[in-house]
Parts: sequence; C-alpha cells; structure tokens
Amino acid sequence: MSYEEWYRQDRLPHIYCAGCGNGTIINCTLAALEQMAWKKEDTVFVSGIGCSSRAPGYIVTDSLHTTHGRAIAFATGVKLANPDLHVVVITGDGDLAAIGGNHFIHACRRNIDLTVVCMNNQIYGMTGGQGSPTTPLGCLSTTTPYGCVETPFDLCDLAIAAGANYVSRWTSYHVKELEKAVLAGLQTPGFSFIEALVQCPTAFGRRNKFKQVADQVEYLRSHSMLKAKRDRLLEQGEHIPGDMFVVGELERRNRPALGVKR
Amino acid sequence: MTRTEFWQGNTACAEGALAAGCRFFGGYPITPSTEIAEHMAVKLPKKNGVFIQMEDEIASIASVIGASWTGARAMTATSGPGFSLMMENIGFAAMTETPCVIVNIQRGGPSTGQPTLGAQGDMMQCRFGSHGDYAVIALCPASVQEMYELTARAFNLADKYRVPVFLMADEVVGHMREKIIIPDSVEQVPRKALVKGTLPFKPDSDLVPGFPQFGKGYGVHVTGLTHDERGYPCATNPKLHETLVMRLVDKIESARHEIADYDIINPGAEQVFIAYGAPVRTVQQVMHDHPGDNIGFLRLRTVWPFPEYAPGEFKNARRFLVPEMNLGQIAREIERHVRVPVISLPKLGGELHTPSELLAALEAYR
Repeated sequence: MSYEEWYRQDRLPHIYCAGCGNGTIINCTLAALEQMAWKKEDTVFVSGIGCSSRAPGYIVTDSLHTTHGRAIAFATGVKLANPDLHVVVITGDGDLAAIGGNHFIHACRRNIDLTVVCMNNQIYGMTGGQGSPTTPLGCLSTTTPYGCVETPFDLCDLAIAAGANYVSRWTSYHVKELEKAVLAGLQTPGFSFIEALVQCPTAFGRRNKFKQVADQVEYLRSHSMLKAKRDRLLEQGEHIPGDMFVVGELERRNRPALGVKR
Repeated sequence: MTRTEFWQGNTACAEGALAAGCRFFGGYPITPSTEIAEHMAVKLPKKNGVFIQMEDEIASIASVIGASWTGARAMTATSGPGFSLMMENIGFAAMTETPCVIVNIQRGGPSTGQPTLGAQGDMMQCRFGSHGDYAVIALCPASVQEMYELTARAFNLADKYRVPVFLMADEVVGHMREKIIIPDSVEQVPRKALVKGTLPFKPDSDLVPGFPQFGKGYGVHVTGLTHDERGYPCATNPKLHETLVMRLVDKIESARHEIADYDIINPGAEQVFIAYGAPVRTVQQVMHDHPGDNIGFLRLRTVWPFPEYAPGEFKNARRFLVPEMNLGQIAREIERHVRVPVISLPKLGGELHTPSELLAALEAYR
C-alpha cells in the first residue's frame, strides 16, 4: 500500500536517490499511523537535517523541519505544550547520534512521549558520504578513506541504557516487522525508539562493495539476527560473529513517562 | 486594583511574562538569569503552564520554538554563554517567523567572563548573531518596573510581528531590588490566525502572514530552508530567496516607528546623553543633581530596530555622549544616523558608570 492520502502530492517528485531505503521506512511509519486511526490534524512530524529529515516535508500533517540534531528538543516543546498532539520524530544516524546525541539520551531519560524513527544509513548521505557515528569499522566514506577506525554506536543499546520505554531495531528488508514496531512505539506511552537500518546506494553502497541496491538489502537481511536467536546463542555460550546485528523488540517497559496525554 | 511590591528585576521579568500569558518556559541554569527559571518553575505549573529544564541552551530555545507552534506564548532566559549557544535556533525562529521571547541578563564576556557582574556586550550579537540577514526586536529595561512591563510587551511584539523578541537586560537590572507597581492586568494582543485556504507564508499587507497553529488542521510545513508561500523548500531560486529575506527584514524595519519606545528630555540641549539599560540610572542621577535644561537625554527602551530618527529630535545637539557597558556597540550605530560627533563612553569590568565620570565627560567635551 502507498498511503497516498498521507502524502503531499504537490511536493513530488521527492529528493531521494534511486534505490534509497528511506521511502520504505516512511511507508512503514505511515502504515503504522493509519492503524492508530489518529486524525491527521492531531499528528505532528518533527525532523532535523539530513536525507531522513526531509520526510516530514512529504507528509500532509503539520510538520516542523528544524536545525541539525535538534529535532527531539523541538519535539519536546511541541509535545509538552500540547500533549493532545501525537508527535513523531524522523531522524537519521548523523542527526540523532552525532550532533543530536545529547538531546537523544536526555529524551530517553525523561521518557517523553515521542516516537522516534531513525533511518540509519550509516553515512552522511546528503552531504555526499562522510563517516557517521554508526559507520561500521573498516567501512569507506569520504572522511574515512582508509576505512573507519572508530567503533560505531549501538543506538538501541544507548536508548535502553538511557531509559526509553520502547526500543526496536529492524531494517528496510523487514517491512512488516518494522510496521509493527512503529505501531508498538506509537501505542507505548513514553519514549519509543525504532531504528531502521537502510541501504544508501549512492553514498554508502557504491564505496563498500555493494554493486547493486539489492546487494545491500540482502546484506541487511543476512546479517540481522533475531533477538531470540541472539539470546539463545549467548545462553549456549556460542560465538556471535562481529558483523551481525540484532533485530527485534529490544525493550518494552513502563517507566514513568513525561508528556503523556492527560 | 494595582498593588505595590518590592521585587528583584528577575522576579519582575518572570511575573511580567506570566501576566502576559506566557505558558511555556524552557531553560537552563545560568548566572545571572537563573532566578527567572526558578520563579517560572514555581509559578507555571499552578497556571496550567509548562516549565522544563532542558539539557542545554540549544535545546531550551528549540523547545520554546516547538511550544510556540502549538500556539503557546513561550520564553527562555539566559546569559552570555547560553545566548551564544542559542544563536542557530534564533535564526531558525527568524526564518520560520516563530514568535518567541528570549531574555538575556547580560554579564561580562567574552567567554565565561564575569558571571555575577553586569555588562551590555551582547547588543550586537542579539541583532546579528545568527548567520544570514534577518531582523529582530530588542528591548532594554532600566528598572524593576520595566523588567515587568517590557517583558509583557515583548510577547505582544513577538506575536504581532512573528519574530524573536529579546529582552536585553543586564545583571544590574536583573538583580536590583526596588519598588514596583503591579497593574491589574496586562494587555494581551493575540496572534493573528491564518485564514483557512490562504497560503501559510503569504504575507498580509503588514508583511506578516497569519499564524497556522499546529493541531488546527492547517497541515503546514515549517522549514528553516528557504521556502515559498506554501512553506515548501525552494532553496535554489535566487529571486524567491531575496524576496523572503527582504520581507523578514522589512516587516520589522518598516515598523520602526510603531515599535520604538524612548523618552526625549530637554530637546533643546546642546550636549545629549543617549543610554539604555543600567547606564540610564547614572544619567538620571546626573540630571537629578543638575536640574535645568542644558543636558539632553535620549533614553531608549527599544534598541532594535534602532529608532534612527530619534537623535534628530535634539535640534541643537552639538554632540551625543553614549555611556555603555561595552566598547561602544550602540554608539557606532548612533554615529550612522547623526551629523555631530558621537562620544562613546565605554565601561567594562562590571561596575556602573559613576555620576562624576559622566560629569567629567560633559566637561571634557564642552
């Protein structure tokens, strides 16, 4: 489904490159929203800067496209000033984890009632492919021309440690699972964080041996390990390869939340 | 019924905001402005408002802008270092025409400088501190009474012109305690709503578009990118960018007379002081000690947009003397608008000018 009535048709065509995974994530997010049956006028999208953050500009609801890294801080003001609004933040790995890292962990700590969807393409796409805080070790970017030597953030671990009520990770391959995760995030009072790994053929894939878009999607599929399997392997004392990442619902709890509708 | 209180300037600022209908405060502790946040933390929850201490000043102004889009009258208060951190989002507020009030209780800079002492070193930063061309409004109180009144006025100006409005106070006025008369009520001029069916960033004849409040079904897109009248990004059209930025500046500059607030004392004088904020008090002392009409005084409550025609009301002026707690930031602005010498009387270090220093200046240049 394409959820046409959620899109600003007069803004098309969009800016995303051929093969970009962001559209998939937007669609999954809108599919989840549709199930909430919220009025469009009660829903607000907030974003920062980057490819991911252009998404609210294509969605018909009220939307606030803000400064780099600060989306969650702006969203905090929207939500607290009017808790009747449903506030969804769309962000990326650079926006959320680098320049906006402090706002992210404090929003998790406050457990403010936002749903944050992070399109993690592991690169700065809009500025042409610089390394980000989630660029894997050894990967090439224009600012890691000899391979990234910094250990990446695990955004979900960060969110869990900082106190978020709901945390999930999926990829652009897992569209049904991702839709359900966003839905669960929207339903959970408090801070919900959904990380979606996405392919970026233009800035990441072509520098990192993914000749076709499908190659990178296949990589995301084959290197994702369900949380249940990861837990079982850990229990059995089995080795988990370093290039695998865990997907699934990673946290769901009911810590006291801020900004929940009165 | 009016009532009389004996308040600190920062308390009066917070109370003025509350009286003006401020219902959102996002802030971060910083000397010498913290009392404003503390007062709001006590009072706002009792008025069904929201106080939140954010993780830094960048987040504080961001939360204020977000709150403003839900229709709330929203403010923050800070001082030098925090003010510097807010600059990018202040530009965002100017570009997106978001009403908001930013209080700066100025302290000595640069950097951490003199946290507990007064200064006026941020007057140019408040006008030009964010990148790109834009215009703002800045008010400068010189008493506890004015901390109350000008804060309340700041909200009306912010809503009317859809612009960040600065209360550029200083530590002296912020921490001074004196008598204040609290009015029955404060005039609140509500934000002009966008007429449904109108493009959200299409200006009315006053160059200000109606406000499409979030949650009211406008489906508005708000972006810091250069945008067209629909609010849609359009960042590579030279003409559109020029038209937008010119309007953002013109809507404030063309309202200069309406925004201006100043007193003219002894308009026939040859020697004329111009002051704003704490130095006003020293000039007032000099005028009190030397009654008559040979010392003129242009006493500014609005500094931006600068009331450039006001010095011209002193027809016989042979020179203007400008005491400031900075190295002449506004003296240079005045110089651009007058044909007689402008004598800057800078004072750094956190102390007020003394009356004898100003008298000595009068003698030296007579």
